[in-house]
Amino acid sequence: MSLIARLTERSWDPATSAAAAASATGPMDVFAGRQVMLHIFLVIVSVIFLLFFLTFIAHSQYPGFETLTGEPWKPLASTTQLWINTGVLAMASLMMHMGLTRARQGLTGQAVGFTMVAAFFTIQFVLAQLWLWRDLHGMGHTLVSNPSHSYFYLMTAVHVLHLVGGLVIMLGALAIIWRRAAVERLERSLKLCSTYWHYLLGLWLVLFVLLTRSPETYRTIAILCGLG
Amino acid sequence: MTHVPIADLPMDDHHPTSFAAKYVWSQDHKVIAIQYATIAIFVGVVALILSAFMRLQLGFPDTFSFINPNTYLQYMTMHGMIMVVYMLTALLLGGFGNYLIPLMVGARDMAFPYLNMLSVWFYFVSVLILLASFFVTGGPTGAGWTLYPPQTILPGTPGNEWGIILMILSLAVFIVAFTMGGLNYVTTVMQARTHGMTLMRMPLTIWGIFIASWMGLLAFPALLVSAIMMAMDLLLGTSFFMPTLVSLGNSVDHSGGSPLLFQHLFWFFGHPEVYIVALPAFGMVSDVLATHARKNIFGYRMMVWAIVIIGALSFLVWGHHMYVSGMNLPFGFFFATATLIIAVPTALKVYNWTLTLWQGNIKLTSPMLFAIGFIFTFVHGGLTGLFLGNVIVDVPLADTMFVVAHFHMVMGVSTVMVIFAAIYHWYPLITGRMMHEGMAKIHFWTTFLGSYAVFLPMHYLGFMGVPRRYFAMGDTAFMPESTHALNASITVFALILIAFQSVFIINLIWTLKYGRKAGKNPWGATSLEWQTPDVPPAHGNWGAKLPVVHRWAYDYSVPNATQDFIPQTVPQGDMMEKSSDGPAEGTETTEGKPS
Repeated sequence: MSLIARLTERSWDPATSAAAAASATGPMDVFAGRQVMLHIFLVIVSVIFLLFFLTFIAHSQYPGFETLTGEPWKPLASTTQLWINTGVLAMASLMMHMGLTRARQGLTGQAVGFTMVAAFFTIQFVLAQLWLWRDLHGMGHTLVSNPSHSYFYLMTAVHVLHLVGGLVIMLGALAIIWRRAAVERLERSLKLCSTYWHYLLGLWLVLFVLLTRSPETYRTIAILCGLG
Repeated sequence: MTHVPIADLPMDDHHPTSFAAKYVWSQDHKVIAIQYATIAIFVGVVALILSAFMRLQLGFPDTFSFINPNTYLQYMTMHGMIMVVYMLTALLLGGFGNYLIPLMVGARDMAFPYLNMLSVWFYFVSVLILLASFFVTGGPTGAGWTLYPPQTILPGTPGNEWGIILMILSLAVFIVAFTMGGLNYVTTVMQARTHGMTLMRMPLTIWGIFIASWMGLLAFPALLVSAIMMAMDLLLGTSFFMPTLVSLGNSVDHSGGSPLLFQHLFWFFGHPEVYIVALPAFGMVSDVLATHARKNIFGYRMMVWAIVIIGALSFLVWGHHMYVSGMNLPFGFFFATATLIIAVPTALKVYNWTLTLWQGNIKLTSPMLFAIGFIFTFVHGGLTGLFLGNVIVDVPLADTMFVVAHFHMVMGVSTVMVIFAAIYHWYPLITGRMMHEGMAKIHFWTTFLGSYAVFLPMHYLGFMGVPRRYFAMGDTAFMPESTHALNASITVFALILIAFQSVFIINLIWTLKYGRKAGKNPWGATSLEWQTPDVPPAHGNWGAKLPVVHRWAYDYSVPNATQDFIPQTVPQGDMMEKSSDGPAEGTETTEGKPS
């Protein structure tokens, strides 16, 4: 039953309302609830980053704002490190997906193994980001040297925090499954984790693209958003 | 894997076995609701006392030595922030949302009880942090509840040392608490409705809370983002919002920030926040009116759609709080138009409430009195909103007492009217006892008339140009003596109004021990929460089996029925006069024909 049909139900009319109730699914299962909650949570995270992006674009139109790429002395003039980090995070996402597919096939040992590798790559990504920050800081591109630098540190830090939070929850879930020997929950838990990791990879790619654009691109986006 | 319906989650894993598990670390939505409500009412009383201090100063300037320009601004800031965020939002969604959602949709508990418990304790911590600011060096922030930079951060603003840090921290913790709660409310409504509870069979209370929760989940991130960025400006020296400027003769270390950006972020949260508070109130008042007028709600489907449309439109009008910020003309036109469009579904709701009362068998019980009081105060506050939504009228009235009168009527008094209506209505379910009707009626008339005595003259003060946020008016030439006399009169009435709220608190406590036993369903209501096997509902709400819903929530005074209400759990065809050969119940309702 489509959402429009559900929202146009004539619930005061016994005949049509009974038909609508008969075709309704009734209470959902617990896992479906968790999945819905995760999706809503991802919407909230998207709103947070969308607001960061919008204020970043607005800021980019103020005098004194320096882009992060371009001339050789700019902090992200070379994007090699960013590409390496992207590869590491993509590996984490891929390993998470492999873990899920193995769990679906009932290969519990391999599923846990791939998940652990995903956790390893995730930690690697976090460390690589910290390394990048240390390098940039060492070159004088500090948190306060320009609003664009502030945005870079802020947005990447919030992204990393989400990743670390996800890691903690995933390891906690695995520990519970291990302790209660509830292997049947593994596939569903990994499905949620997998969705989260893919989302954070997508978010990182958007961040990567946004932070490495030219002033002209920012100008165009600002005009399109009514901020120019 | 076994299918475990989320509405029917076994309660064994959090069945309370000790005092702490039952009353402190409880995962039962009803206990959590009471915890939320108790904290919210307590902190609301604190904010009410702060408003009394402000009124004392405005009515009788230079009489009270403990009120000086700094403390006045601190009282004002804390009053506003507490009332809007920590009292109204928490009470309506954390309190009523928690209590009513599972009961009204037929679930045993919230979808995620543990997260729900964390939510209330995070809320408690956020309130502690906020109140702690009264005891730190410099006191709480006095920057106004909007916390506009740069003045929030700069020296000269009271509480710019620790007060503002604690405020930001407290807001961040509150937002985490709200998010945990909001995820629960939304998921429970979407996934945990019992058999037969279609979306359009849900009572309007649930629709209001559901849409408001969605709005909160989408709007609070804006406050979080602005709080994080302001905290970084304050503590780490970044310049998100702080421009280059000279403060008290010294250049600040910031450069390149935009204070206007903060205003946009703040009001992107701030305006939906008005409806986060209003929509649950709209929903609850609809149910109170229908129950106590013994009539189905007029235009149910339109009422649902109006709630959804108001919720969506409220994200497009934040700019009307910023007309005087230097906004360009097309933006002003856009925001004014969008604001006026919201008046359409809102007016539709007011008409439908009035038409619900039309020819109803109106019982002037205390919940009904407050509900009718709401219609008056809401129409009043809503109409002045039309004034302020227009740029050309807003510009001269901005920052005057007219604005104070407007928003207090529309989101303060009218929402509080619904809160009182809802407490008088659902208290018998929560405690199993009826509140004292005499005390309730004294409370209603003093609150209703008192509110008008306080806020009606404030419109006049606004027209006279009396500014808001000012500690003292002095002998300003354009203000005649009458404005001072009126300020004194407002203060006297405000103090009377505040004093009579004690009648309500006494009634709450008195009822717990001496209130008449309510029994099951004392108001003769149709919705599910009144159909539980136990009153008050026991842990798990529904005994052995979940209820099954057979009809909408508004079958009141159905022709040929054996009584003037038919609960949602009664199958179609039951409770009808056997000799009747008339149409089945529900078919002759007002809404049945036009749609």
